[in-house]
Amino acid sequence: MPDIVVKTEDVVKEYRMGSNVLRALDGINIEIERGEYISLMGPSGSGKSTLFNMIGALDRPTEGEVYIDGQNMSHLSQRQIAAFRCHRVGYIFQSYNLLNVRTAHGNVTLPMIFAGIPEKERNEKAEKLLDMVGLGDRMYHLPDELSGGQRQRVAIARALANDPSIVLADEPTANLDTITGREIIDLIKKLNTGQGVTVISATHDLKMLDVSDRIVDIRDGLVERIRNRDEIEIEVGEVGGHE
Amino acid sequence: MQQQTPIEEQIDLPFVESLRISFQSLKIRFGRSIITTAGITLGIAFLVSVWTNNEIELALQESGRSSAITNLDEAAEQGISTKDIWLIIMSLIVCVVGIANSMLMAVTERFREIGTMKCLGALDGFVVRLFLLESGFQGFAGALIGALIGLLGAVVLGLKNYGLDLFFYFPLLPAQHENGAFQLGVLLIILFGCILGMILAIIGSSFPAWRAAKLPPAEAMRTEV
Ligand SMILES: Nc1ncnc2c1ncn2[C@@H]1O[C@H](COP(=O)(O)OP(=O)(O)O)[C@@H](O)[C@H]1O
Ligand SMILES: [Mg+2]
Repeated sequence: MPDIVVKTEDVVKEYRMGSNVLRALDGINIEIERGEYISLMGPSGSGKSTLFNMIGALDRPTEGEVYIDGQNMSHLSQRQIAAFRCHRVGYIFQSYNLLNVRTAHGNVTLPMIFAGIPEKERNEKAEKLLDMVGLGDRMYHLPDELSGGQRQRVAIARALANDPSIVLADEPTANLDTITGREIIDLIKKLNTGQGVTVISATHDLKMLDVSDRIVDIRDGLVERIRNRDEIEIEVGEVGGHE
Repeated sequence: MQQQTPIEEQIDLPFVESLRISFQSLKIRFGRSIITTAGITLGIAFLVSVWTNNEIELALQESGRSSAITNLDEAAEQGISTKDIWLIIMSLIVCVVGIANSMLMAVTERFREIGTMKCLGALDGFVVRLFLLESGFQGFAGALIGALIGLLGAVVLGLKNYGLDLFFYFPLLPAQHENGAFQLGVLLIILFGCILGMILAIIGSSFPAWRAAKLPPAEAMRTEV
């Protein structure tokens, strides 16, 4: 029996702006297995970030249900949602979303502070994680003193602070050049294969194709199709030819 | 679907951690904090200078010295004049409006940070507490600076009016005069100014902080200022 980590049931999200209603998600049904690397692909405005927010409990769906680890997210209390964000999920964003007032190290320790981890332990863990993402010599720099790629590495280290089972990434490479983007993708893929973290990444970066187990194509708030790895590989060959 | 461990409840952060986080934030954002704090400083400076000036006049009249400028008879009768009460009320209003405005701006420009902290597991209550702590410190520090500036202004004016007698009869401590007039004293006025600045800053930031903390993180992080 497959171990389903994320399941959405007819998820609808509407944004109300004055008298206009914009249906950003129009009934999404997907199931994601533990340990998978899933890419949500689609043009800008298709609803990738909106779906990302629903899966990560960063916003509530207008209709439908999201289940994570078998738990219906709409049944959770405030405190449970905070704990869920703290322990179960690591978030990576296009614009890094580091706290500018905290150093790289301070950014990585923050989720551990929220989790109540003792100071010594969390300091050591932050050092270990920053070492792992290749920032051992930049730990006490503020985000402003780091390049885009380095900031995203800090964000990845921070996302891993409380050993989440799911890493959610929203266009993590969109602000980076091709080579840096590639490095970030490789790093995320390494977590996926090495530590069995489930990765769900919204993207329109074709470099993501060949690391994904499955690709969910989103268009106008609907799942257009879901492709498996073997179907993708043929296309990657084609893409590679063009680049 | 497999049976999974239920999702636990998020814990409250120890107060000391909140304190440390808010201090760190203030330290790094020092320049920015000064700008926010300027509104408080100005308001309290105005308030303290008017009030201290008043105390000085009262004290020197009690001592029998007359100001070169003030009409002695009138002042002795009234103690604190309606003009001065009016000025103090005005300066209080300037304080409240200035502080509320700067706190609103300070919170709004940090929506993204609030959303991010909630992604990392911050409870709404923690976000509110963080802002109240930060604005409380800011309010106190800004008001203290303002109070000292105000004091300096009043002393300069007093020197001009009374010369060095000012220091001889300086109303530093609370005093009860024979004719029943009570003086608060400059020390208490400064203390009052600091506490007032702190309270106003906390009140001014509480509503925007509470509103921001309630937002779903997705919405808070969308806001570009
Ligand atoms: N908070 C919001 N308020 C109003 N409209 C929104 C909001 N968030 C997203 N949208 C709209 O919903 C649609 C999907 O957006 P989004 O999920 O960000 O797309 P993507 O991430 O695929 O580019 C877009 O038309 C966008 O303008
Ligand atoms: Mg997006």
